[in-house]
Amino acid sequence: MNATYFPPVSMLAELTHRCPLQCPYCSNPLELLKANREHDTQTWLRLFDEAADLGVLQVHLSGGEPTLRPDLEEMVARLASRGVYTNLITAGVLIAEGRIRALAEAGLDHVQLSIQGARPETTQRISNYRGAHEKKLETARLVRAAGLPLTINAPIHRHNIDQVGEFIELALSLDAERLEIANVQYSGWALLNRNALMPSREAVDRQTEIVEAARERLRGIMNIDYVTPDYFAIYPKPCMGGWARDAFMVAPDGTVLPCHAAQTIPWLSFERFGDRSLREIWNDSPAFNAFRGTDWMQQPCRSCERREIDWGGCRCQAMAIAGDAAATDPACVKSPLHARMAQLVEEALATAGSDSANTTFVYRRIAPVREPV
Amino acid sequence: MLAMHQRNTISVQSMPSLPHHVHLRFDPVREAWALLSPERIYWPNDASLDILRRCDGKTTVGAIIEALALEYDAEEEELAADVIAFLQEWTDNLLVTP
Repeated sequence: MNATYFPPVSMLAELTHRCPLQCPYCSNPLELLKANREHDTQTWLRLFDEAADLGVLQVHLSGGEPTLRPDLEEMVARLASRGVYTNLITAGVLIAEGRIRALAEAGLDHVQLSIQGARPETTQRISNYRGAHEKKLETARLVRAAGLPLTINAPIHRHNIDQVGEFIELALSLDAERLEIANVQYSGWALLNRNALMPSREAVDRQTEIVEAARERLRGIMNIDYVTPDYFAIYPKPCMGGWARDAFMVAPDGTVLPCHAAQTIPWLSFERFGDRSLREIWNDSPAFNAFRGTDWMQQPCRSCERREIDWGGCRCQAMAIAGDAAATDPACVKSPLHARMAQLVEEALATAGSDSANTTFVYRRIAPVREPV
Repeated sequence: MLAMHQRNTISVQSMPSLPHHVHLRFDPVREAWALLSPERIYWPNDASLDILRRCDGKTTVGAIIEALALEYDAEEEELAADVIAFLQEWTDNLLVTP
C-alpha cells in the first residue's frame, strides 16, 4: 500500500498528559503518561519540521495542559517560521504572568480555551479544581489583551446542557469569535463515566433549538460550532474527516495515532516518531492503512451512498459498541446496532437518577506506572 | 448584547482586509493557495483569490469591482452583486474585516 496518499493538513500535538484539571470526559487515554515519557524539545522541533515538509498547515498544541511545557514558545516560534498555523488548546488555569503575551510574540495564531460550566460552581465541580472558573475568565481577558483571537470550547453533558444559553452569553462577554458547543464524545474517560454524563433526549432537543436560534442571531458576530451528540444522531460524524485522510495526532511520547482513541483498537499497533520518520508512518504504517479509504468497509457502509461523506463514522465507537472496529459506527441509523445507542441512553438515565448533585465521577488522574514484568 | 458586537455590512465604500490571524499562503506541497483560519483551512478558487488578494485594507470594494471588471473584460454592474455577496459571506464567517 505505497500509493500516493493525500498529505495531512493538520496535526494535534499532545505535548504532555499532565494537567491541573481532572475532567471526567478527558480525551486522553486512561493510561496517562508521566512527564519522564515526554519527548524532549529537540525531538518535537524535528517532528514539527517533518510535519511542515509533509504538508501540515495547522498544528493544534494540546495536552494535557500544553503550557506546562516551558519550551512551548520555542515550538510556536519554529512552527511560525515554517508558516504553520498554530492553535493553543488550553485549560487556562496555571498560566504564568506574561506567558500569553510571550506566546503571541513567538507567533501564536489562535487560542482555544475550555470552560467546563457557564457557572463557577459547575466549572469547579467538573474540573475538580478550586477557582478554575475565575482563572479561566482571567486567561480569556489576557488572550484578547494580547490581540489573539479566542475560541471558547464548552464540552457538554448532563450537568451543563441546561447552561448552553449562558455559555453563549459568556463567550460573547469574553469577546470570543468562536464558541464550540461540543457534546462529549464517549471514548476513553468519557466512556468510563458515560452513565454519569449522558444527557436526556429532551435536553438535547432544547439545546439544539437554542444553538440554532443563536447561530442565526449572531451571524457575523460569533461563529458557533455545534458538535452534536452521537448517541442521538441519525448519521455518524466523519471522525477525523476519515481515518488517516488529512489529520493525525501525536501522543506525548511521540506515538503517532490516526485519532485520540485509536489505541482502544486492540489489534492495531502504533509507531513512534523517532523510530521512523513521520512520512513513513503516515504513508506505510499498517495502523494508518487499516481503515484508509473505503476498501476496508463492510456492509452497509460498502454500498452506502454516504460512504465518502462520513467514512463509516468513528472506528473507536464501532469498537466500543459493536465490538468490531470495522463495523458501521452504531451512531448510523443503517447500523444493525443503532437501537443499542438509545438503549444505552436509557440505561444511563436509569442508573443516574434525577439528582445531578449526587452523581459521582471517576476523575481523570495519572495512575501509578505499571512496571514492565 | 454588548455594543461592540455588531454584524458588519459590506458596501462599495468598505475597505476590506483579512484579519491579522487569517493567513493567505501558497502551499508548495499541494501547489495551491490556502487560507488558514482558527481551526479551519479553506482552498479558495481562482475567482475567490482574485478578490481576497485585493483585500488589503486600502482598496474600496468599488475599486476592487472596477479592477476585476478590467481584468475579466466584464461590466462592473455584472460583477458588483457577486463580489459584494462574496465579501458579505466571508465577513459573516469572520474571515474578512470590512
